Amino acid sequence: MNPIRSLIRELAEKHGRRRESLLPIMLAVVEREKYLSEYSMVEIAREVDIPAAEVYGTATFYSFIETKPTGKYIIRICKTITCSMKGKNLVLFAIQDMLKIKLGETTPDKRFTLMETNCLGWCHKAPAMMVNNDVYTELTPEKVRDILSGYMKINELN
Amino acid sequence: MAIANQLKRVDFIFNNENDWEKVLSSSIKKKPQDLINELISSELKGRGGAGFPTGIKWKLAAEAKNDSKYIICNADEGEPGTFKDREILSKVPYKVLTAMAICGYITGAKEGFIYLRGEYKFLQTELQKAIDEFQYYCKEIKFDFSITIFMGSGAYICGEETALMESMEGKRGEPRNKPPFPTQNGYLDKPTVINNVETLVHTFTIFKYGAKKFYDLGVQYSRGTKLFSVSGDTPKPGIYELELGMSLQDFVYEFGDGDTKAVQVGGASGFLVPRKKFKDAAIGFKGKLTGISLPTGGSMMLFNSSRSMYNVLDNYLEFFREESCGQCTPCRVGCQQLLLGIKAVKRGEKPASYLEKLLRLTETMQLTAKCGLGQSVANSFSSIVENFQEEMIY
Amino acid sequence: MANTINVSINGFPVELEKGKTILEAAGKLGITIPTLCYHKDLCVAGNCRVCVVEVVGQARLSASCATPCEEGMEILTNSLKVRNSRKHIIELLLAEHNADCTKCYRNGNCELQKLSSEYKIMTQEFIELAPLKKYSIDMFSPSIIKDDSKCIRCQRCVRTCAELQGVNALTVAHKGDKMRITTFFEKAMRDVVCTNCGQCVNHCPTGALVEKNYIEEVWEAIANPIKHVVVQTAPAVRIGLGEELGLPPGSRVTGQMVSALKRLGFDSVLDTDFTADLTIMEEGTELLTRLKKVLVDHDETVKLPMATSCSPGWIKYIEHMYPQYLDNLSTCKSPQQMFGALVKTYYAKARNIDPENIVSVSIMPCTAKKFEAYRPEMHDSGFRDVDYVLTTRELAILIKQAGLDFNKLEPAKFDRLMGDSTGAGVIFGATGGVMEAALRTAYELVTGREVPFKNLNIEPVRGMEGIRETSIKIENPLKEWAFLDGVELKCAVAHGLVNAKTVMDTVKSGTSNYHFIEFMACPGGCLGGGGQPIPTSPEIRKKRAEAIYAEDGALTIRKSHENPEVQKLYRDFLKHPLSEVSHHLLHTKYTKRERY
Repeated sequence: MNPIRSLIRELAEKHGRRRESLLPIMLAVVEREKYLSEYSMVEIAREVDIPAAEVYGTATFYSFIETKPTGKYIIRICKTITCSMKGKNLVLFAIQDMLKIKLGETTPDKRFTLMETNCLGWCHKAPAMMVNNDVYTELTPEKVRDILSGYMKINELN
Repeated sequence: MAIANQLKRVDFIFNNENDWEKVLSSSIKKKPQDLINELISSELKGRGGAGFPTGIKWKLAAEAKNDSKYIICNADEGEPGTFKDREILSKVPYKVLTAMAICGYITGAKEGFIYLRGEYKFLQTELQKAIDEFQYYCKEIKFDFSITIFMGSGAYICGEETALMESMEGKRGEPRNKPPFPTQNGYLDKPTVINNVETLVHTFTIFKYGAKKFYDLGVQYSRGTKLFSVSGDTPKPGIYELELGMSLQDFVYEFGDGDTKAVQVGGASGFLVPRKKFKDAAIGFKGKLTGISLPTGGSMMLFNSSRSMYNVLDNYLEFFREESCGQCTPCRVGCQQLLLGIKAVKRGEKPASYLEKLLRLTETMQLTAKCGLGQSVANSFSSIVENFQEEMIY
Repeated sequence: MANTINVSINGFPVELEKGKTILEAAGKLGITIPTLCYHKDLCVAGNCRVCVVEVVGQARLSASCATPCEEGMEILTNSLKVRNSRKHIIELLLAEHNADCTKCYRNGNCELQKLSSEYKIMTQEFIELAPLKKYSIDMFSPSIIKDDSKCIRCQRCVRTCAELQGVNALTVAHKGDKMRITTFFEKAMRDVVCTNCGQCVNHCPTGALVEKNYIEEVWEAIANPIKHVVVQTAPAVRIGLGEELGLPPGSRVTGQMVSALKRLGFDSVLDTDFTADLTIMEEGTELLTRLKKVLVDHDETVKLPMATSCSPGWIKYIEHMYPQYLDNLSTCKSPQQMFGALVKTYYAKARNIDPENIVSVSIMPCTAKKFEAYRPEMHDSGFRDVDYVLTTRELAILIKQAGLDFNKLEPAKFDRLMGDSTGAGVIFGATGGVMEAALRTAYELVTGREVPFKNLNIEPVRGMEGIRETSIKIENPLKEWAFLDGVELKCAVAHGLVNAKTVMDTVKSGTSNYHFIEFMACPGGCLGGGGQPIPTSPEIRKKRAEAIYAEDGALTIRKSHENPEVQKLYRDFLKHPLSEVSHHLLHTKYTKRERY
């Protein structure tokens, strides 16, 4: 069986085939795949027995559920007020310069996807960003280059 | 409303005497009604921003007749400039869990949930460990109450209590019509108590020390302490527990960088107070902005004279435009109009008088939007536009 | 009193039941509060905020559709605060909406336009949003056009698709300024589970969802001297057309309709009721044959219950949702398609016209019929059996364009051949009608006696309950049907696909033991079809149903098998029901489709 299909089946077993399980199931698939594909949504709809359109409508409500393929590492840089005030744009430019991608894009090697996000809750240590679930704060262009270099090294090791 | 003379730091929330087991076991030996009375007499109000009396909320849920009831801890802390709940959940999670369990005891709920925002996913593992340990203790003392973490996934509006419940039910996080209220028809249509993380910790304080100790702090209508998330142009950003009722003047004296031009109280959905009004403004629950008292979820953002208030407003409005759930007209279309409108005025495409039209629009949004999000956009918009009109125009 | 409360509206007291909303209370006093997202067929959403009112003592306004009255409430529906806010909201909607009214299909019948006119919104001060968004129009479906630039996000279509139809082709997606009404993965309507029923069109307040119209194509055919343009009219059109032309709901206009069609230039004006009667002959015989195969031959390949197949929305629904039950569907084509297949064969031959030169037009209360006519299998005549399908609404447009004063038209009679109908054919337009017509004929065929109901009116299958059941015990049948002696024929009727789902689930779980089920996609049956006049509501549908049954009652022949033209058709052409010719022209196959 397709690994995502069996993952979704397992998740449905674990969380129960109820509407309340929809978000946990979607998030677990996103955790694995980084995004929710059309295929995954159809399978979730089938397993939980809810209309596919509703799965789509629900998924697209949540900013952290991507519906298009993304890189292995999703960079979400906070654009809300304090981070903006504290140099978010400089950090963003440094990332764009380093990865050669613009906002919303994924590097050709499918490692990084770059996005902006709303308040991450680290205003006292602005600017902040998340790389997947990990948070980095008090960013500077230098610091962010170091952080991303670290991720590139992990990738090379793998 | 009275204003406390000086800024008073308190240390209730983060003091970790590790006595939650004692607080839990002794509380559940008391009569639920006594606990409710204690809570009501403390005059604790919700710390998420709306300020509903917590004791009354618990009482309503306790009186609701139903086989199942739920307790939800709202940890969907998304208001720009707020980060206190994250700190509570990472430093003193047991207090939150204990408070939820006591609330379960009082209301008859056997299940609790912590709705944790997706941005705080890194907290999940540690929090789950705390829950496991907590549940172990509950089992030991034969107290039946389960707590489950429910992960959010990037939606500010899910901090609105009914939107949060919709989200937990596997739907789009769209606020419901009220009435009915959650204490009658909440999660899965069952009576539900939903409280902010900080509110729950305060109840812990009250159950531990008694209502009086809490009540004696603060001022009339705004009792006790509050966590403040301080950020922006300040030499000491961070989280501080302060007695309610302080004047903004004292606050800025303590936290400002000497050049504070304005303070945004209550995040993007709160009010911007310009320097000339600092001494008249107190932080509490009652009164109007001009009258002058500011309710707050605890976000305090300081701006010094290098900041453009136009940019600040532009940033807020972009936030609201994206984070509105989109279901109701005034909020969905209103937020877009406000953002496009100030841009047009700034670029000279619309006359300065268009700001008047937008101000009237925010009045309509305040009157007619379905939930607090759309209703409160007017707060920051009008307080910024009215106080810094010269920065808005071409 | 425990069950009533007292409130005042604009100073006038009103006493009403507990639990009623402010909107209902105002209605009781004859005060209309404008609404957009509210619809009598649907659950309350409370999201457009046009219906806000002031409750004295409350800081904020309340959505009257979503706010229950409380004892002592003082409500103001027209205070300055309310008026200004309401006007603002209309302005906001207009700023979001592509308000190019003169080029809109719903121009003149748009709820937003009407409100805008009532509130005299004369300027557009807010910034127009539609040009800033990259909207595209979905025109791929043969039935429905979806234009997001005209959408006001009231979600009536989404609720319709979910609550009335249980189809869920439409959903709300994204949030904030990007929130929109769309389908799974923003696919075209034709590529998702949409049944083309058109209930979304019927419930859309604006021009965001409209039928795909074939008005110009029909005018061109009429204008083409080589073409022989034949038109058929479905039963529910004659009780809906008047309403679309300004008469009250439930007006019966059969004669004027025929007269209008003749004046429009159709070469032959015929009646779908004729093939409705034919359907009964074929489907009734099919049912009896199936019963025999199951009860006598114990043939396990033959499925019961048999489900009707007249409603193309229902057909597409079962193809998507219950594809394992396609063998339970009657193989009979719908009356429209039987008609189409016969027009280009039997009729062409009888009238000595080259079928290639026949343009076959049908007037239907339905948008799914447009899709049905486009189905690849509907070419049994060797041509496209039905060329163009117009809705009741489109016919009204034709009549207006031709400048006909409908009320002054002298009633006319349908042409022959294929213009004769019975009361049984007419009641196809109402939920339960196919069942009633089938029972009138089947019972008589089997027993030689009329159905044991007063005046042939089988009341248990009439009405607007979502699901209705009845059973008829067969006693003393004719010799050839002796195996049915004592059999209690169990029947069910479901209308609105959400009810179809309920019934199908009982079939699936084995908890029902029906022999025969009538399914209609639309609430009320065809009279509430997606191509019928807008607005619709339970009360309006009730009036239309009364008109249908009155039409039936007024006819002398009320049993399908007594239709003289049907009898002639069998004599001259088909020979007998389920004959080889019948199988070729009048029966069809179904296609399994994806549910997701």
